[in-house]
Amino acid sequence: MREIAVSGPLPADQTTARQAAIRAARREERVAWQLAAPAIVLIIVLILLPTLAVFVFSLTNYELGYDDFQFVGLDNYIELFGDRTFLISLKNTAVYTAIVTPFSVFIGLGVALLIESETRGRAFFRTVYFLPVASLLVAMATVFQYLLHPTIGPVNAMLSMLGIAGPNWLGSSSTVLISLAIIGIWQSVGFNMVLFLAGLTAIPRELYAAAEVDGAKGSWERFRLVTWPMLGPTTLFVTTISVINAVKVFETVKTLTEGGPNKSSEVLLWTIYQEGFVYLRVGYASAMTVIFLAFLIVLMLVQYRVLDRRVHYT
Amino acid sequence: MRNTALFSMRNLRLGILSAGALVFLAPYIWMISTAAKSREEIFSSSLTLLPQHWALWENLAKAFTRVPMGQLLLNGLIVCGLIFFFQVVIAIPCAYAMAKLKFRAAQTMMTLVMLGLLIPIHATALPIYVALNKAGMLNSYFALSAPFFISVFGIFLFLQFFRAMPDDLISAARLDGMSELAIVNRVIVPNAWPAVTAFAIFSVVAHWNDLFWPLIVITGTERATPPLGLLFFRAAEAGDDYGALMAATLIITLPLVAAFLLAQRRFIEGITLTGLKG
Repeated sequence: MREIAVSGPLPADQTTARQAAIRAARREERVAWQLAAPAIVLIIVLILLPTLAVFVFSLTNYELGYDDFQFVGLDNYIELFGDRTFLISLKNTAVYTAIVTPFSVFIGLGVALLIESETRGRAFFRTVYFLPVASLLVAMATVFQYLLHPTIGPVNAMLSMLGIAGPNWLGSSSTVLISLAIIGIWQSVGFNMVLFLAGLTAIPRELYAAAEVDGAKGSWERFRLVTWPMLGPTTLFVTTISVINAVKVFETVKTLTEGGPNKSSEVLLWTIYQEGFVYLRVGYASAMTVIFLAFLIVLMLVQYRVLDRRVHYT
Repeated sequence: MRNTALFSMRNLRLGILSAGALVFLAPYIWMISTAAKSREEIFSSSLTLLPQHWALWENLAKAFTRVPMGQLLLNGLIVCGLIFFFQVVIAIPCAYAMAKLKFRAAQTMMTLVMLGLLIPIHATALPIYVALNKAGMLNSYFALSAPFFISVFGIFLFLQFFRAMPDDLISAARLDGMSELAIVNRVIVPNAWPAVTAFAIFSVVAHWNDLFWPLIVITGTERATPPLGLLFFRAAEAGDDYGALMAATLIITLPLVAAFLLAQRRFIEGITLTGLKG
């Protein structure tokens, strides 16, 4: 805009004016580089180089404390797929994700629908269900450890009042993943609820009126014909985020079980943490990280595509 | 008549919401109740919420004396403050250059940012740890905060916000002879306040709660953040003095929960931004 204004009026001044405009553009470009420089340097140093290094490490037998290391090609990856702990870890992460995702998505949706249609105490309920999202997970996990304690915990005390002998929630290999999943669901419902509430407010009221004219009388019919299809993009979005967050489960495992008992709560990030930062087998842990990153990138790409679709809907 | 009113759809809805709310609040209720009970009472496994013998002060005192609780909270504050300060100071000028200046590298930068959004700290942790270890800088505030000085998500967020700002505002400032840096400081930042607060909440909640990175770079209580300190406290207590443990969790959870209750709308906005980051 400024260029046009400057180079407009007199033909004789045109060359000098153009030169001035070019100088101004160059100056602006230089200032832009200066403003962006710290960010560019840090992106390279803290994100790009470390990611590259993980790939390189994953092809070596590097261990922290030993300075010499050799390139071993794909040996680490071959070892991984014969490693019982890693395979258990993959399986447990998948099971945990398969429990947490549907429950946290559908409870989140249910709570959002109830809050949306209920006029009383709306702000109160939203606050209560969102509270776990704002709470320190490590601290709340400790509270759950007490709640689920096999002998002195209130949960089993209540169950015994009903005549049920409660299990050793976090201490037995058959219930530990379910217990961790319950904490995961409790923690993530509020987050999903808020996203669903935003999705619900975006649905035009006229659609419900139109559906009613077309004979959709009950609330179930209204949900099936209007709410659910209109929420489609939000649901996909919430689902991918829930999967990504479930795959990254770490805090509760570290705080409560450390992968036990007998590796039955061994999950991906915990295994990486153990190999890399406790046993210091950097090369081997890097190979695991590469696989973890591959999972995440696939999920994130799905999420980007979902986001794109969301833009088209609104 | 009264019966049908009682079991109406509305009351059913309210009933379900209330029952759910009770389940969601239960951990907090038990946390407070247990923090006020004595050891004997906790082990007698009673379901009463009110303690017969109040031991709240005793438990709080234990939490404050057995671990340097004040130090933990201060460490959390310093680390979150450092991270937020550098994130904003680095991200805002960069986002401004990408959004409002003739910057030929803007497209490449956008690719870098999108790429950065795909990579979490869990993926870059090993090389950064190796580097910090080589430099002998583990166990420091620097080790805790430096990996997070760049927030590509911050750049992304501010970029979206700046693009929506009118160009006239900036042109007027230029005509007044302001330098680009002055424009960022005195025109852009004051107008970007909603984005800055939302990002502040997002950043502080994420780093106050983070366990993964502090666990890796910190070995003593001296530089421990609150989540890590809680783990140390539990280890020191052999994990069976639940009264003291709940008092400690109460102290550590309180700051953010109180902030959340005071500024709910902003909090919900700020935290749900994570949706984009995943």
